[in-house]
Amino acid sequence: MTPDPHRAHVPAVVHLDHVTRRFGDVVALDDVSLAVGPGELVGLLGPNGAGKSTLLSLVAGLRRPDAGTVRLLGGDPRDPRSRTGLGVTPQETGLPATLRVQEVVDFVGGHFPDPVPTPELLDQLGLGELARRQTGALSGGQKRRLAVALALVGRPRVLLLDEPTTGLDVGARQALWDAIREYHGAGGTVLLTSHYLEEVQALAERVVVVDRGAVRADDTLDAVLRRVSLRRVVLTAVEDLAGRPGVVRAEGAGDGTPARQTLYTPDADALVRDLVTTGVEFHDLEIRGASLEEAFAEMVAPEGAAR
Amino acid sequence: MTAPTTAPTTPPATAPPLPAARLAWLHLRYQVLETVRVPIAVLGNLLFPALAMFFFVVPQREVAGDPVVATTAVAGLALFAVCSASLFTYGLGVAEDRQLPFDPFVRSLPVGAAPQLLARIGTGAAFAVLGVLPLVAIGAFLTEASVTLVRLVAGVGTLVLASVPFVLLGMAVGYSLSAKAALPVVQVLLFPLAFAGGLFLPPQLFPAWLDAVSQATPTRAARDLLVQALTGEPGSAWAWPVLTGWIALLAVLAVVAYRRDEGRRFR
Repeated sequence: MTPDPHRAHVPAVVHLDHVTRRFGDVVALDDVSLAVGPGELVGLLGPNGAGKSTLLSLVAGLRRPDAGTVRLLGGDPRDPRSRTGLGVTPQETGLPATLRVQEVVDFVGGHFPDPVPTPELLDQLGLGELARRQTGALSGGQKRRLAVALALVGRPRVLLLDEPTTGLDVGARQALWDAIREYHGAGGTVLLTSHYLEEVQALAERVVVVDRGAVRADDTLDAVLRRVSLRRVVLTAVEDLAGRPGVVRAEGAGDGTPARQTLYTPDADALVRDLVTTGVEFHDLEIRGASLEEAFAEMVAPEGAAR
Repeated sequence: MTAPTTAPTTPPATAPPLPAARLAWLHLRYQVLETVRVPIAVLGNLLFPALAMFFFVVPQREVAGDPVVATTAVAGLALFAVCSASLFTYGLGVAEDRQLPFDPFVRSLPVGAAPQLLARIGTGAAFAVLGVLPLVAIGAFLTEASVTLVRLVAGVGTLVLASVPFVLLGMAVGYSLSAKAALPVVQVLLFPLAFAGGLFLPPQLFPAWLDAVSQATPTRAARDLLVQALTGEPGSAWAWPVLTGWIALLAVLAVVAYRRDEGRRFR
């Protein structure tokens, strides 16, 4: 699905319009606009403290924005009526330890007009055997699965997943990914945060990169991956090479003096060939593949700051 | 895992939430269940007023020996037990709950402030009545306190009603402050209110100015109504208006505090 935040004919299920939220002096979200259409699976990517969780808490109606508007399924998320179509995962550490698994699911399901029957849901997530266990006695992976069960019990139209698989082993992670894909395959809308590129890569069709309270990129998964899978060409030259063909971004050019420049390009071979054939003077050439993490870190670095 | 179960329902964009009464009942059941799972909390509620009765009322023959004075003493202690349980359970309990990660999750469910507040009031009232049972038993068997069945029922009803302003006050504190700040605030509120309300010393012993202040407190209003229900002795005419006034004021405060609350505070 091609992301287009301004599709007028399909009303967005999640809509943030110029939203600002501060915590004291810290600006957690700075004039953020984002629209998620029905059936989209959007990955919110960003380092810790980027504002991802604040964004989700606004959509879940837990906080109100200082400026701008947040809409969930066309209504104010702080109005309980808007939240009948919302599914949220609790943090795994936050389950009431003395309640049994089935009791927690019954309690949460009791808030919705047409909940999934508890035994059915527990069986689906492989928790059927543990129905009578107190949640305090579950393992980390079991708690995660229960958290996802609690998000799904109300048959939500929008699912918010905050770091759904952090700290899980490979098998458990894969099983949860399958559950999320299945929900999305049936037409559900998913907004998930992660600081793992891998997770977003495995699930999302559209990626929104958030850093320091602002949206740095909002594109299809492929486009964002292309953007982050850049090569880094480092060399010393007098001429400013930022404008060479294929250079996406450049740093460190001097003013007519030899300077160590860093050039980012999707195709390092073509760039070097171009430099050689056009006779540009350079020395100490280094080419490094920017790792995904590295390229991602570059992408979320403050604009204009060369580092 | 099969698809249909997790399939989202397509129709209306904003399905109506469940009726508030049903949600309140749901929250009530789970709050009681959670409380009962930690039996020491229930036992503490049962033991404290009973012990106070043993130490402060039963040994004093001039109190325990006079039916009206003894009944009044039971009423004062019962009310103190209810005030203290309500303020601590809600002032401290709510503040502590808000620091648990499950609280923001519950707030994301399609349920508003009213059902949750109602459920908390209901749980408070249920455990308050439970806590008063041993007190009534001691009063009946070990003192001259006496009461007819009709008056006992009226007394329990009054007690439940009297717990409402303190549950609301507790919630206003609990939703406004962190657990660390809530504890001293609750203590600072409880003892002056209990003393000024005549729960420890009968208000007949108060100087005129203190009696005037006392008349305006919710504890005094609740005490007068309770004594009136149990002994039939007429109380102040101001008791009803003062109590309902406090209930209205504190209900507004509690709802405002709940709405303003956004979970843990960040600065």
